Amino acid sequence: MAHISITVNGKRHEADVEPRTLLVDFLREHLGLTGTHVGCDTSQCGACTVHLDGRSVKACTVFAVQADGRSVTTIEGMSADGALHPLQEGFREEHGLQCGFCTPGMIMAAADLLQHNPDPSEAEIRHALEGNYCRCTGYHNIVRAVQYAARKMREQATVEA
Amino acid sequence: MSTYAFDYARAQSVDEALTLLAGHDGEARLLAGGHSLIPAMKLRLTAPTLLIDVSGLEDLAAVTLDGGHLAIGALTTHRAVETSELVRTHCPALAEAAAGIGDPQVRNRGTIGGSLAHADPAADYPALVLALDAEIEMTSRDGTRTVSADDFFVDMYTTALAAHEMITRVRIPVLGHGEGAAYAKFANPASRYAVVGVAAKVSLADGTCRAARVAVTGAAPKAFRATAVERRLAGRPLTEAVIAEAVRGLADPNELLSDLSGSAEYRAHLCEVMATRALREAAARAA
Ligand SMILES: Cc1cc2nc3c(=O)[nH]c(=O)nc-3n(C[C@H](O)[C@H](O)[C@H](O)COP(=O)(O)OP(=O)(O)OC[C@H]3O[C@@H](n4cnc5c(N)ncnc54)[C@H](O)[C@@H]3O)c2cc1C
Ligand code: FES
Ligand code: FES
Repeated sequence: MAHISITVNGKRHEADVEPRTLLVDFLREHLGLTGTHVGCDTSQCGACTVHLDGRSVKACTVFAVQADGRSVTTIEGMSADGALHPLQEGFREEHGLQCGFCTPGMIMAAADLLQHNPDPSEAEIRHALEGNYCRCTGYHNIVRAVQYAARKMREQATVEA
Repeated sequence: MSTYAFDYARAQSVDEALTLLAGHDGEARLLAGGHSLIPAMKLRLTAPTLLIDVSGLEDLAAVTLDGGHLAIGALTTHRAVETSELVRTHCPALAEAAAGIGDPQVRNRGTIGGSLAHADPAADYPALVLALDAEIEMTSRDGTRTVSADDFFVDMYTTALAAHEMITRVRIPVLGHGEGAAYAKFANPASRYAVVGVAAKVSLADGTCRAARVAVTGAAPKAFRATAVERRLAGRPLTEAVIAEAVRGLADPNELLSDLSGSAEYRAHLCEVMATRALREAAARAA
């Protein structure tokens, strides 16, 4: 057993885990944060995407012990005070989901992109989502959802400035 | 549970990592980005008893300019290579190759040292380090040694690295005046691994090619240099016709891989197409 301390969505959690516990299993089984999904378990589909110290990672390909002392953000940490994050709003407004299985991972991957590229082109959005598969939508509305969020976040940034 | 059980240690220094590695008789493995090792452990292709996490060794996660070389720490992530100003300035082909590895989540975790040590036949960096004439620095408790990329790749998943050694740095000569390099890859649409990837470096003087290095990944069990192509280019102007003639018959299908991504014949054809694209771009950049 290894003792770990991980800050998840701003709250510190201590636990004893087997070193082979995957980060995604720690989030889902130990913390009950089931918004992070497991699609393939083979590092391909991106459904398990979370942020580790602000960068998108596939939580099925990180052991929880590797996140010891670090900070993790999951889809549950995206909305502040009940208000949807612009990306969550974008997926709803632009019909960016059907079954919704891929959506949490899509949002976390897109959030990484928008952090360092607030005004991405369509090609840049598609390149940034290469690690996330959607079996329903055909991606067009996902791209629109990200464009919606980018626009809204730029507007918010201008208002705040 | 997705893998066999193992112990985990986070190394605070290279020395500590090497001591742990030497003390476990080949049963311990270094863990860098984990993006080759963890998938292999999940498939139960490998079952180390101890993982030595070296990802926190900051000294080995930086890119510096060291005389005429770019020195890239083994733990530099693909994303850091992709976005490094030094790499973009002195060796843009390497930054472009890094930007094409997998997807953003893979690039946020995977490292150059891990990729080279793993030596996947479809990995991108092997072609780059061969074409760019890089040196790979490895260290163990017996000391530090440097091996040229030409001598590093031994076979599929097999390199000159010994079980008790760790890659610490990759040294790449910066491109000089009249030199250009480029990488062209035909990627597997799902994983982005190279079905065939070709890296080329050329040096031009007065419009003729003084020297060329052409290296291929994805096609064969290990990345290799197309030395016959290199020889045919030397001393000639890099026109479309010269390039087309030089790349013809680059690879013998009998020596290439055949799998779901493509037959050996298909890969042999791709070798010529990707070599043409890489050489054309390298020549344009050198001019
Ligand atoms: C979905 C997916 C897509 C991918 N697509 C591509 C692609 O398009 N192109 C590509 O090139 N790669 C691709 N990869 C592989 C990726 O680049 C890996 O990150 C890389 O191959 C291994 O680096 P790592 O740091 O993750 O190494 P790890 O997985 O941590 O280690 C791999 C091996 O190297 C050893 N090792 C690690 N660091 C060192 C060191 N410093 N010294 C000695 N030994 C060391 C480990 O012990 C282990 O045996 C992909 C991976 C995934 C999961
Ligand atoms: S569940 Fe992690 S990438 Fe598919
Ligand atoms: S909405 Fe069903 S997988 Fe994307």
